Amino acid sequence: MGKREEKIIIQLDNISKIYEMADDVRVKAVDGISLKIKEGDFVAVMGPSGSGKSTAMNMIGSLDIPTHGKIYLDNENIAEFEESELAQLRGQKIGFIFQSFNLVPNLTTKENVMLPMIFQGINKEERIARAEELLKKVDLGDRMDHYPNQLSGGQMQRVAIARSLANNPEVILADEPTGNLDSKTGRMVMEFLEKLNQEGKTIIMVTHDPDLAQAHADVVYWLKDGKVEKITRRRNHIPTPEKGLKSRGK
Amino acid sequence: MIKDSFFLAFKNIRHKGLRSWLTILGIFIGITTVVALISLGNGLKMAVNSQFGVSSTEVITVQAGGLNSYGPPGSGVVNPLTLEDLDAIKRLGTVEIAIRRNIPSGKLEFNNIVGFGFSGSVPDGEDREFVYDMMGVEIETGRLLKDGDGKKVVLGYNFYAEGDKSGFGKRIYPGDEVLIQDEGFEVVGIAKKQGSFLTDNIIYMNDKPLEELMGYGDDIGLIAIKVKDKNLMEKAKIEIEKALRKTRNVDVGEEDFEVSTPEATLGTVNQILTGVGIFVGLIAGISIFVGGIGIINTMTTSVLERRKEIGIMKAIGAKNSHIFMMFFVESGLMGLIGGIIGVLAGVLIGYLGISGINNFIGATSHIKIDYMLISLTLLGSFLIGSIAGIAPAMQAAKQNPVDALRG
Repeated sequence: MGKREEKIIIQLDNISKIYEMADDVRVKAVDGISLKIKEGDFVAVMGPSGSGKSTAMNMIGSLDIPTHGKIYLDNENIAEFEESELAQLRGQKIGFIFQSFNLVPNLTTKENVMLPMIFQGINKEERIARAEELLKKVDLGDRMDHYPNQLSGGQMQRVAIARSLANNPEVILADEPTGNLDSKTGRMVMEFLEKLNQEGKTIIMVTHDPDLAQAHADVVYWLKDGKVEKITRRRNHIPTPEKGLKSRGK
Repeated sequence: MIKDSFFLAFKNIRHKGLRSWLTILGIFIGITTVVALISLGNGLKMAVNSQFGVSSTEVITVQAGGLNSYGPPGSGVVNPLTLEDLDAIKRLGTVEIAIRRNIPSGKLEFNNIVGFGFSGSVPDGEDREFVYDMMGVEIETGRLLKDGDGKKVVLGYNFYAEGDKSGFGKRIYPGDEVLIQDEGFEVVGIAKKQGSFLTDNIIYMNDKPLEELMGYGDDIGLIAIKVKDKNLMEKAKIEIEKALRKTRNVDVGEEDFEVSTPEATLGTVNQILTGVGIFVGLIAGISIFVGGIGIINTMTTSVLERRKEIGIMKAIGAKNSHIFMMFFVESGLMGLIGGIIGVLAGVLIGYLGISGINNFIGATSHIKIDYMLISLTLLGSFLIGSIAGIAPAMQAAKQNPVDALRG
C-alpha cells in the first residue's frame, strides 16, 4: 500500500468555552483543549458528565464557536465564521448522529434523509434518488414512507445515520449514538459506523462508555473538567485496505 | 427553497391537525364574511334592479311628486304630470322618444275571486315597441297587444302561475275572460316571467280602453323617456328638469316632480347596501385581525414547541434564512388555506342567500362571482398570514442551534 499524505481535517487550537451565568458567575466548560483529527480517523471523546465533551463536540461540529482559541476544519478557521457560513459548512462537511435520533416527526424517513439536501439546494430528483440509496444502505429500503413514530429505536438511529450521509460529508459526529439503544441494536449501529469509517469517513464519537470507545476508536481523548486528561490509542489495530490512512503508524 | 418551504409548511400544518384548523378558523370567518357580503350585495343590487323593472339603462322616468310612496307611479299626487309636460319633453334635442304611461290600480275578478292589482297602459304605434323594450316584455303564451285591441289584456306571469299561486284558485290562460273594474276583458296573452314583483303582477292594456275604464283623462302617471345616446343621460336629465320647471312654473329647489335615471333609482338602495357593507366589513375586518393574532399566537407557540426541530434543522445545514422562510411560509399558508375555504363558503352563502331572496320576492337574479375580488382576497389572506408570521419566524430563525437542540 503506497504512503499517502496525512491530512488533518479538524484541529482544535487551545480552545476554551466560557459561559457567563447570572451574578457574574463564569463557567469554563472547555479549558484550553488542543487536538488534531486526521482524515479517516475513528476518534472517541470520552468523559464523565460535566467534563465538557458535549461542549467540545458542539464546537467541533461548528454548532458553537469558542470563547477563545481557533478551530480549523479543512484548514479554515471556523471560529471566525458567521452563523449562515457555519450552517452551510455543517450541511456540506459534517453529518450529525444524536443520542435521541432527532428525526423530524412529521416527515417520513425518506423526507428526513432528504432534508439536509434541501438546505444545500440539491434538486428533487437527485434528493429522492440519494435518499433511497442511503436508506437501502442502512437496510431500511422497506421503511421509506414510514414516519419516525412507526420505527423502532434502532431503525430511527439508522435513519439518522442515513441522514448524516445525505450530503456526503467528510466527518460524521456521533453524540452517544448507542445511548438510547439496547446492546444488540447498539452493536448494529456501531457496525454501521465502523463500516462508514472503513469507507473513509472520519468518525468522531462522544461517549461516556469506555468499553465502547476502546472497542471502536483508534484514538480516545479522555476529558475531565474541560481539559484533555489523557489520549489513548488502540493497540493491535489491524489495518484494512479501505482504511489506508488509519493503517499507517498504528 | 421556496417550493420546499411550502412542502415543509404543508406537512407541519397537517401534523398540527386540530390546532391548525382552529387557527385557520379566524381567517376563514373573516374571509367568508367579506366574500358572502360582497356576493350578496351584488346579487341584491341585481334583485333590486329587477324589482324596479329597469331593463334598459337608457330610460329616464319622470313622476310627479306627492304621496305616492305606496301606490303605483302617479297615484295620489297633488299636481299630476300633464300633456303639456309631455310635449315639452318631446321637443328636447336629447330626447328620442317620450311616452305617457298610466299605471292605475284597480280590481280584477276571475273564478269568482276578487283581487287588486295594477294596470299598465301601452301606447299605440311605434311607442308600443318602446314600452315593450323598456319593460322587457316578452310573451310566454298567446300574443302581445296590438293597435286596436279594445277589451283585451295581456297579464303578467304571476296570473299564469300554477294552482293557487295565481291568487285566483287556478291559472288564467289566454282566451279566458277576466273582470276588471267589473267590465269583461279577454286575456290574449301571458308575459314571460321577469322576476319582478311589479311587472309579473301587472295587467297590460292599451291606452284608450284603460283611460275609458279608469277615467284619468289627461293626467299622466309617468313619462318614460328614451334618450338619443346613453352618454347623454345626465344632459337629458338636466334639460328635462329645466323644461318641466318652466311648464309647471316652479323654481329650482321647489320641484313637484322627480326625474330619475336608473342609476339614481338604485342609488338609494346602493347607499343602504354600502352602509350595511361598511358595518359588516368592519366586523369582517375585526375577525380577520383577530384571525391574524391567532396565527401569531399559534406560530409563537409553535416556535417554542419546535425549538428542538429548529436545532436539528440548523445542525443539518439550515441557515437562519431557511428557518425564517419555513415559518413565514407556514404562517402565510395558514392564512391562504383560511382564505380558500372562506372564499368557497362565502360564495356558497352568497348563492344560498340569493336563492332565498329570489324565492322570497320572486326575483330571478343570479350570484355574480367577482374573480378579481376572489384573487385579491386570496392574496390578502396569504399576506395577512405571512405578516402575522414575521415575528415568530424571526424568533425561530435567531435560535442558537446548541440551545435549540436541548429543546
